[in-house]
Amino acid sequence: MRSLSVDKPEQKVAFRGGGFTFQSRRWVGFLVFIMLLLLAEWGTRSGVISPLTLPKPTDVFQIFVELYSSGLLFQHLIPSLLRLLVGAALGASLGIAVGLLIGLFSFVRAGLLPLVAAIFPIPKIALLPLFVIWFGIDEGSKYALIAFGTFTPTVVATFAAVDNVDRTLIRMGQSFGLSWVSIVRKIVLPGAMPGILAGLRISLAIAIILLVAAEMLGAEFGIGAYILQAGSLYDLERLFAGVVILSVLGVLVSAVIGAVERRLLDWRT
Amino acid sequence: MELRLSGVGHSYAGREVLRGVDLEVPEGQIVCIVGPSGCGKSTLLRMMGGLEVPAEGEVLQVGHSPEGCLNPLTFIFQDFALLPWRSVAGNVSLVLEDHPIARAERREMVADVLARTRLTEFVDALPRQLSGGMKQRVAIARALVVRPAVMLMDEPLSALDSQTRELLMDDLVNLWVRQPFTAVYVTHNLAEAVRLGHRIVVLSRRPGEVREVIQLDKPLAERGYGDAELEAQQKHLWDLMRAEAAAADAELVGG
Ligand SMILES: Nc1ncnc2c1ncn2[C@@H]1O[C@H](COP(=O)(O)OP(=O)(O)OP(=O)(O)O)[C@@H](O)[C@H]1O
Ligand SMILES: [Mg+2]
Repeated sequence: MRSLSVDKPEQKVAFRGGGFTFQSRRWVGFLVFIMLLLLAEWGTRSGVISPLTLPKPTDVFQIFVELYSSGLLFQHLIPSLLRLLVGAALGASLGIAVGLLIGLFSFVRAGLLPLVAAIFPIPKIALLPLFVIWFGIDEGSKYALIAFGTFTPTVVATFAAVDNVDRTLIRMGQSFGLSWVSIVRKIVLPGAMPGILAGLRISLAIAIILLVAAEMLGAEFGIGAYILQAGSLYDLERLFAGVVILSVLGVLVSAVIGAVERRLLDWRT
Repeated sequence: MELRLSGVGHSYAGREVLRGVDLEVPEGQIVCIVGPSGCGKSTLLRMMGGLEVPAEGEVLQVGHSPEGCLNPLTFIFQDFALLPWRSVAGNVSLVLEDHPIARAERREMVADVLARTRLTEFVDALPRQLSGGMKQRVAIARALVVRPAVMLMDEPLSALDSQTRELLMDDLVNLWVRQPFTAVYVTHNLAEAVRLGHRIVVLSRRPGEVREVIQLDKPLAERGYGDAELEAQQKHLWDLMRAEAAAADAELVGG
């Protein structure tokens, strides 16, 4: 055999199986971010970008330092975080509960699914005046708005996740005579958890958007109020400082959910 | 405990799947059910386990469950049906958790059954870390831990490669020899049927009727891989099934 291939061309088989797999490359995102910042800094300093278009990143940073040292940062941040926490916790837990009910009982599904479909597309911000009348101009209406906004996407994600739970596992539970509660708690709920958490990612982002909206309409303190004040004065540095806080909040929420996923869903590959 | 089926028939959406099935599963024996694809074997098994109600006829359990039996009719599924978020030990203890058993005793039962199925090393492994054969052994352990009166197995080995299948068949034979259990074993594989069955029930193609019942008297422990006597039985079974299988195969799915 060997002698036969002596004068035939030899070539290594080329690798063509790369790509299309997910690899963790955290630093790339970070690098893109730094590059953009550097670009903005260079542009504003050299005058390519006029100061009316974009504030200088270093100036925005300066604002942060001031905010922090004057204690104003926490004066705005803490009420916002509280509203987000209360509103989102309320909306998400109610949403998961209702989603489970819709997923588990066909009667509830028949009754509530059209209602959810009707509520889902309403821009919740439009209902703020109504909430102000119902729950008062103070914190109540803000909690309600955020809760309501997180509620519907959580419901939809949860019942879809319940629908997707492997039926053979439920059959298995029944065949071993597990109680209904056990089947829901030990089979349906963990099986739906990936879908529920994916839904929460979206719901919580919506919660942040609604938080700002609520604070823009009648709040003395809060990130939304701060951004609104800065915006009405065309104070771009302050405006950007507020926006950066929101972005950081979004990243943090996403990181928290990522951590929860790693903890609860470590059984996945 | 015995199972007795009389005149069992069933239809799905007007399509007759089973017709007049009479069947007896004697205590301490393994009854294999073979038949062409779609003849209603799985449906029959689900009826025996109370997961489905026959439209005609009845399924009776006769006699008492053995001492300490927690789930008389226990399934072993083709696709294992293990909870991917629970460890091997967790999957086994799942089926005990609804019973009033002290935690320590439960742990002992799990450890004992895992030792019997030679899984002790893998107590903390998650299903995704296990091979197919290993997963099915976990499912077998889960079934054994509830001390079933009758085990209902739906093609338990057909998702496995043929070597693993041989090994697991030996495992099942050993388990049975050590402590005879009653089982209904649905399979496509005639070699499995002649290896494990005390009695082999051949079903016709849809609608499934009992075509023939074959009694195999050779003790399980003496049956081995490539046994000439078994080969002859297997050939006889194949002759019975050949025409049915060909006809069933030529039918339109859902037709
Ligand atoms: N829940 C169901 N609804 C409607 N039709 C069904 C249902 N379950 C099974 N069938 C139909 O009944 C027939 C028998 O199904 P069954 O699964 O019992 O066959 P089987 O002998 O186990 O087949 P296989 O050898 O492929 O596992 C098939 O034609 C199948 O399509
Ligand atoms: Mg089947």
